[in-house]
Amino acid sequence: MDGFPILSLITFLPIVGLVIVLSLPKEKAQTVRITTLVITSIQVILAVILLANYNYGLAGINDPNSFQFVEKFRWIEIPGISWIGTIKIDYFLGVDGLSMPMVLLTALITFIATLSSWKIDKSVKGYFALFLLLDTAMMGVFVSLDFFLFYVFWELMLLPMYFLIGIWGGPRKEYAAIKFFIYTLVGSVFMLLVMIGLYFSTKEILPDGSSAYTFNMLAMMNPHNYVSTGILSPLNPSNLRFIAYIALFAGFAIKIPMFPFHTWLPDAHVEAPTPISVILAGVLLKMGTYGILRISFPIFPNITRELMWYIALFGMINIIYGALVALAQKDFKKLIAYSSVSHMGYVLLGMASLTSVGINGAVFQMFNHGTITAMLFLSVGVIYDRAHTRGIYEFGGLANQMPVYTGFVTVAFFAAIGLPSMSGFISEAMVFLGSFGTEVIRTLAIISTLGILLGAAYMLWTLQRIFFGKLNEKWANLPDLDLREYVMLVPLAIVVIFLGIYPSAMLNIMNTSVKHLVDFLAVNAHHISTTISAL
Amino acid sequence: MNLSQALSFVKPEIAVSITLVVLVLFDLIFHKDKRIIPYLAMAGIVVTGIILAANFNLTGTAFKTGGQYGMFTADPFANFVKMIVLIATFLIVLFAYDSDEINKITDRLGEYYALIFGMVLGMFFLISASDLILIYLSMELLSLSSYVLAGFTKLRDRNSEAALKYLIYGAISSGLMLFGISLVYGMTGTTNLFEINSLIQTPDINLYTFAFAMILIFAGIGYKISAVPFHYWTPDVYEGAPITITAYLSVASKAAGFALLIRFLRVGFATYVDKAGNWQVLDLFDWQTFLIIISVLTMTLGNFAALWQDNLKRMLAYSSIAHAGYMLLGVLVFSDKGVTAVLFYFFVYLIMNLGAFYVVMLIANKTGSEDIDDYDGLGYTAPFLGVTLAIFLVSLTGLPPTAGFIGKFYLFIALLDAKMAVVAVIAVINSVVSLYYYIRVLKHMYLTKNDNAPVVPVSKLAFSIVLVLSTATLFFGIYFTPVSDWAKSAAVILGIG
Repeated sequence: MDGFPILSLITFLPIVGLVIVLSLPKEKAQTVRITTLVITSIQVILAVILLANYNYGLAGINDPNSFQFVEKFRWIEIPGISWIGTIKIDYFLGVDGLSMPMVLLTALITFIATLSSWKIDKSVKGYFALFLLLDTAMMGVFVSLDFFLFYVFWELMLLPMYFLIGIWGGPRKEYAAIKFFIYTLVGSVFMLLVMIGLYFSTKEILPDGSSAYTFNMLAMMNPHNYVSTGILSPLNPSNLRFIAYIALFAGFAIKIPMFPFHTWLPDAHVEAPTPISVILAGVLLKMGTYGILRISFPIFPNITRELMWYIALFGMINIIYGALVALAQKDFKKLIAYSSVSHMGYVLLGMASLTSVGINGAVFQMFNHGTITAMLFLSVGVIYDRAHTRGIYEFGGLANQMPVYTGFVTVAFFAAIGLPSMSGFISEAMVFLGSFGTEVIRTLAIISTLGILLGAAYMLWTLQRIFFGKLNEKWANLPDLDLREYVMLVPLAIVVIFLGIYPSAMLNIMNTSVKHLVDFLAVNAHHISTTISAL
Repeated sequence: MNLSQALSFVKPEIAVSITLVVLVLFDLIFHKDKRIIPYLAMAGIVVTGIILAANFNLTGTAFKTGGQYGMFTADPFANFVKMIVLIATFLIVLFAYDSDEINKITDRLGEYYALIFGMVLGMFFLISASDLILIYLSMELLSLSSYVLAGFTKLRDRNSEAALKYLIYGAISSGLMLFGISLVYGMTGTTNLFEINSLIQTPDINLYTFAFAMILIFAGIGYKISAVPFHYWTPDVYEGAPITITAYLSVASKAAGFALLIRFLRVGFATYVDKAGNWQVLDLFDWQTFLIIISVLTMTLGNFAALWQDNLKRMLAYSSIAHAGYMLLGVLVFSDKGVTAVLFYFFVYLIMNLGAFYVVMLIANKTGSEDIDDYDGLGYTAPFLGVTLAIFLVSLTGLPPTAGFIGKFYLFIALLDAKMAVVAVIAVINSVVSLYYYIRVLKHMYLTKNDNAPVVPVSKLAFSIVLVLSTATLFFGIYFTPVSDWAKSAAVILGIG
């Protein structure tokens, strides 16, 4: 694979698709759909090729030499005049055990979402153009190792998402779209300031011996690169670095979404069309937790250690609060949206443990939540397409009417509850193993187990309300799944069950990196704390 | 220095004056065919541009009044801003081709272009002025030309209202400025900024009188850059004037005002520039705190007032007030880095703001209104204008991957380098607020259903202008090295220290 820019290809392939789609005449809706499907299929193939060539033994995280498929060259360089120093921004891509599962997830979910978009027939061309732009942005976030590049991809995602919800969404689409946009933008502008602050606090030693400020994330992680006079330097007696950590964390937390920043999520989900809900829950939410693991943790190890209890606390609130609110929902889609809030809480709890098991569980949970929630939202879409309603109480007894559909929904529900032999079980178990093992957050972990109980309650109750009991006569003519829906649901069900039986397939990918991250955090947190206390 | 040497510094100004005279003469001699006048104007701009580019690094002062320094300063900084003004002028001349408003006054086209060149001449001198008298004179030349242009078409009552409001506010602020200048002359005995710099470094200066004089002078400058609280004229004038003139005022005359402010501070108050490019500023008057307050007020008021506007021209007027607030951020850090950021921002703002105004003008040609409700569903019937307007507005918001993002990025870099985190936080919150009103236009264009949205025809010329501007907005958002190199090499201001 040496020298072949496979990451650029997988990231910018959708842009090629975008150009093709835009050059097609408006009437050729079917060609537009097929083009998008071909592009996303190639992305899946490329992701599989990446996986086949992936070296499980390399760690990544902070070590540029153990990242894989690296592409690095100078993107912007403004040579140094004495008074400004060199400004340099790299085009720097690479994957490690944290990003590899996310790349696989993004490719898979985008492919499935394309199929799910098949029935959209309002301005098809515009829809798929924005869809492909969103695809590039998501992939870009997961493979960038330069903060500036990461930020550009992060923001690039907002506009297509705004239009996809705002134009193709439900009755309150305008409100939902602008709410999503403003919430996320608030988070990301603070990220911008933190990014610039970190830039002025990091000086990388160049091969020729001179030093330059840099946006390279890996350089920001290395304590040797700190500029003591930098605005966000840990050696700076002001507490700005601490505030910056919280601002950055909040930026990511809005995306997760973490309580109390979660209110945009139910609105966005309820109004978004099914494929966009699938992408939102399947991929977008993961960006928040991915950003925390990729950026917040390794760049601020000592502050992370100080705040781990609070991160776990918010994880716990997410789990319990999300489950309780889900219990009260009458709208099927809203219920799934709140179950997402609850399930992302496990990710927070797992990573707050700062143990190898816990963070492995968290990353695994990110992947699993992506596949399981995608299945759940597709299921909502299936029933909504047929009945044009999502009210849980309007259904009942669908099990006899739509047996195959019921089967898939049951798989998804049980996976979400965390039934053994399903992927959700493994990751949740690991999250709890990790968090029980960490003294500081043990109490919070114990309270969080309530979430499993509540989860089972709202899921099983919903299953009962929709599928069992007496069939509402109104729905006596609902057909079961068609071929397209099979193609969407079968691969996800296979992944969910396969990873439930053989989780190592995924855990092996991330394990080396996660272990390295945990060691790196421990060593550096200690190192920085001693340096500060020595001052 | 003899006269010919001194004149070599003002070659671009001479070129502008010759164009101005040629335009007036041509208009007097050939009554019939006015169609050729825009070509003459463009030729004048191109020649001036070539002269500017050839003398880009020329540095020095001319027209000495006895001391070591003259009243006119040439340096790369001035040439950069003059270039911005020229590009804006060139685009405005092109815009006029497709402007219904301007095409209705073909018989007065000669005066229209002559007045525009009057403005250019005023701005050129303003950008280079290092003497309070020259500052005042060039400011008046600029203002008098713009007063007439604001009401030039006389097509609507709004035109005259705009011109009158502009004139009244302008007269008051230039009066205040003149009073401030006279106070400074009274205290120092000179009007030359270089000499003022050394003369005010004595304990004899009464600090209160001096502060009073500075605030009065800032009233004149603040009026030109529409900084709060001297912004009152902006929304009414921008709404009432022909769109080409509105666009021109929002970019060129604002850039000239900023150039004046920067030079005034750099030459008059900076005593020493260290190796990192940070200016040491005299502490007679706390310019930094003063400008922080003005900047925060300007961006906040501009953004919040824009939220409620239903007329797009008016909304863009408030947005341009907000952008003046952002640009002040680059001034108040008192460093070469800040000047680079402001210069970079000028360039980006030129592209995106003129682009936005032009698309609004093309749409108004068809619909006859700039009301936001008339944009309903327009994204589907005018796909090209819709997408490009979206690009310009996203760039004005400052989202990647557009040039507007890079502009803001540079300003924040300068700000955080000066360790002003709190101001930076206020600025980013402001840019979130601005998202709401920019995106509102997109909402009307794309999210609101309207089966009767008009089809907007786009001429070949208009198509290419919009295409070039929108491509540049995206291109410089992804690859901005050439512009930032240029801006950085131009952050050289002739001054003391």
